[in-house]
Amino acid sequence: MGNKEQLLHDIGIVDFVVTELTLYLDTHPHDQRALEYYAHYNKMKNQMEREFSQKYYPLSTRLEDCGNEWRWGAAPLPWEGACE
Amino acid sequence: MWSYDKRLQFPVNIKEPNAKLAQVIISQYGGPDGEMGASMRYLSQRYSMPYREVAGVLTDIGTEELAHLEMVAAIVHQLTRNLSMEEIEKSGFDKYYVDHTIGVWPQAAGGVPFNACEFQVKGDIITDLMEDMAAEQKARTTYDNILRLVKDPDVCEPIKFLRMREVVHFQRFGEALRITQDKLNSKNFYAFNPGFDCDECSGKK
Repeated sequence: MGNKEQLLHDIGIVDFVVTELTLYLDTHPHDQRALEYYAHYNKMKNQMEREFSQKYYPLSTRLEDCGNEWRWGAAPLPWEGACE
Repeated sequence: MWSYDKRLQFPVNIKEPNAKLAQVIISQYGGPDGEMGASMRYLSQRYSMPYREVAGVLTDIGTEELAHLEMVAAIVHQLTRNLSMEEIEKSGFDKYYVDHTIGVWPQAAGGVPFNACEFQVKGDIITDLMEDMAAEQKARTTYDNILRLVKDPDVCEPIKFLRMREVVHFQRFGEALRITQDKLNSKNFYAFNPGFDCDECSGKK
């Protein structure tokens, strides 16, 4: 796995933690430990997504840095998989 | 409104095409207990939910189902690319191919097109949450059935992930039902429909 693939893989893991905590907090809104976890991993996720977008391509239009080219359109499609 | 992230919720990297398997897995795209019906069910039920936290659960799970829909599509797409005409004929994929080539179209494994009759929006919080819990179990059973047919680990792993999410969603809907019942009269949960009969609860006043 190259650096790009590794970082994308790691973003997937941290994003999963955030998704899981979101659903948990929806039904346990006062759980202090879950709130701390959410704050921690959500910050980590945002940093990793920003790093990925700066180095490779924007994962969302929010992360497009608007240099001299609109990179969003040319970014790989998620369903392409490893064969491409 | 929504925003889109250009990545899958869980990676799908299938090396070996398998048109036979694709015809089975497509049921979780547009079949009776598939991800399209799941997402549309939860997102559509939100408008008659009298409690914000329960509508929040429906929004977040309904959104995650859209990510699952994309994963199932990625699996079907990767299982059907680079197929030879011989494989298309031999695998029985020819009947799908004639109408859709190798595009991904919402249908059940048996060829029945996606249909909104596969889910319900009853406008009653207890009825709808009970349906949601049943829906998660039906989807989990479908993934169990798919897993018995899959030998390729590249296909197995994302299907196992999707199966696991059904179990978590079932748990969250169970909690949403408990939150709902805590707000109702414990002697008779059905005394009135809080999304229709109670002006304060439904925001009519």
